Amino acid sequence: MLFYFIRRLGLSVIVVVLAVTILNVMLHLVPGDPAVMILGPRATPELIAKTREAMGLDRSFPMQMAIFFGNVLRGDLGRDVFTDRSVTTIVMEQLPYTLMLITASIAWAAALGIPLGCYSALHRNTWLDKITGVLSVSTISIPSFVMALYALLAFAVGLKWFPAVGAGEGFADSFHHLVLPAFAVGISWVGYLARIVRASMLEVLGETHVRMARAFGLRERKIVVAYALRIAVLPAVTLIGAGVAYLLSAAVFAEVIFARPGIGALIVKAVDSRNYPIVLGCVLVTTGIIVVATLISDLVNAWLDPRVRENL
Amino acid sequence: MPQAEPLLTVSDLSLDFGTPRGRLHALRNVHFAVPKGRIVGIVGESGCGKSTLAHSLMRLVPGNADIVAGTIDFEGENILELGERRLRELRGQRISMVFQDPMTALNPVTTIGRQMYEIQYRSKRSSAEKRTAAIEMLERVGIPDAASRLDAYPHHFSGGMRQRLCIAMALLTRPALLVADEPTTALDATLEVQIINMLKDLQSDLGCSVVFVSHHLGTVAELCDDVVVMYAGEVVEKGPVREIFHRPSHPYTQALFECDPGRIKEKTRELPTIPGELPDLRNVPGGCIFKARCPKAFGRCEREHPEPYVAEGEDHVARCFLLDEEEVAA
Repeated sequence: MLFYFIRRLGLSVIVVVLAVTILNVMLHLVPGDPAVMILGPRATPELIAKTREAMGLDRSFPMQMAIFFGNVLRGDLGRDVFTDRSVTTIVMEQLPYTLMLITASIAWAAALGIPLGCYSALHRNTWLDKITGVLSVSTISIPSFVMALYALLAFAVGLKWFPAVGAGEGFADSFHHLVLPAFAVGISWVGYLARIVRASMLEVLGETHVRMARAFGLRERKIVVAYALRIAVLPAVTLIGAGVAYLLSAAVFAEVIFARPGIGALIVKAVDSRNYPIVLGCVLVTTGIIVVATLISDLVNAWLDPRVRENL
Repeated sequence: MPQAEPLLTVSDLSLDFGTPRGRLHALRNVHFAVPKGRIVGIVGESGCGKSTLAHSLMRLVPGNADIVAGTIDFEGENILELGERRLRELRGQRISMVFQDPMTALNPVTTIGRQMYEIQYRSKRSSAEKRTAAIEMLERVGIPDAASRLDAYPHHFSGGMRQRLCIAMALLTRPALLVADEPTTALDATLEVQIINMLKDLQSDLGCSVVFVSHHLGTVAELCDDVVVMYAGEVVEKGPVREIFHRPSHPYTQALFECDPGRIKEKTRELPTIPGELPDLRNVPGGCIFKARCPKAFGRCEREHPEPYVAEGEDHVARCFLLDEEEVAA
């Protein structure tokens, strides 16, 4: 178990380092000098050179990376090029909004999708199963930003049930602001999860041990929940863990469309203005989120399945 | 079978499977009885409906199966007419079942102890007593160090051990009838002998009746008191094990014995087989069901469907015109 955690931690560090390095390479390949972007078209060459030095851009690329990771180890992600505020502070200010959005999205999607898949498997070929099937496929095929736009038009602009922009303040207001973006980000996951759970539920229900539980006269609800669903959710848990990356990219769109604060909105602005330290800081944090989410989903799997647990 | 009053009587049971290509008549007019305290073997080749029959005794048939006729009388109740609730009370309490594949028959994510505890949910005994009952049953089926094994998961056990666990679970509630659906087919020969001997001992200790489904004639001869021979969804011959094995009266039973590798005396490179194929049960042919493969078939077999005729020995019947007195006289 301890060895497992050490291995996972080592793997996570490698993933984060790789992601940040690749991003850095990409940023350097994008045409345009960050110093010129900041200073504007009328800057003198001396001023540009000075700014480049201040940003560390005059050093070689490997050197820049080494310095960056050295600072990261000390918890320092650098400073915002424009405001000179600490990147760590800026990212940490925005992080809760994004975490709230993706947690709310996946929570409602799981709360609806898993029972729906379970119901479909138990009542195969009934009208609700067929409707669920059609709706699943259609929601999966609609991109979340399209969904976000239409949700905004229908429920915020048209019906005026929900606010169109911002994140709100206080619990009730925040919740009210969260509904539409979480709906847009989560809706395709309802379909995904329902499909996955339906398929694996059908497989498990066909297994002998479920038949054996029936042969012992166990209660149907007990059989469905403790004998079938507990095994059938395993692929769904893995899917959610791996899908956090997609959730994050969907959150970027939702944050832009609903003008919500968050890592996604921050990253878009920072890329636009070549604000490298912010971009790197955001990527570092999102990679961290993905790594942690995968770890959590693996641990949940291990908790549910002793065979996985013993192979940790 | 007048020695004991029957515990279970299956009369005229017919079962269809709905398939995309039409209805498959998997069981037709099946009739047999299980006397109290006896072991009845159901034999036949793959696809003859013996497992379907075993499962329908508990009404544990798949969704596309449809029991179209017949009664299954168990302790004075017709199982086919019971409500879900009453049926659930019988299952695991008065009738229990052991399945073919022990590798998949146990819940893989729950400990053995918990599974054995859960099947006693109707019992008013305390948790400690239920635990003691589980340990005692595990010891009886030969699980070493039973108390500490309660916390183990199914994948910690080998195939043979898992089948012992299944048998322990099935007998834990002291049922009146144990349905064993090919419990030794997935096991190797030495394990098979051990399991059979154990079943025999447990049966005589607990006094329950057993329906034992197998395609292995040797194990049936070893274990069973009575034998029901099935072919293509029909009972073609039934009787006490001695009669069936010494004087098989239906040509199918005779052919089955000729194909049993255990009975072949001469050295041969080719194992004997029954020529021909099983009939298509979507359009059940008229006449005798075995006529296409029967070496002794004659005109009447084409036209009429044979009744169970009395064969030599007590309680021994076979669905073959050769036993009809008219034919014998002719």
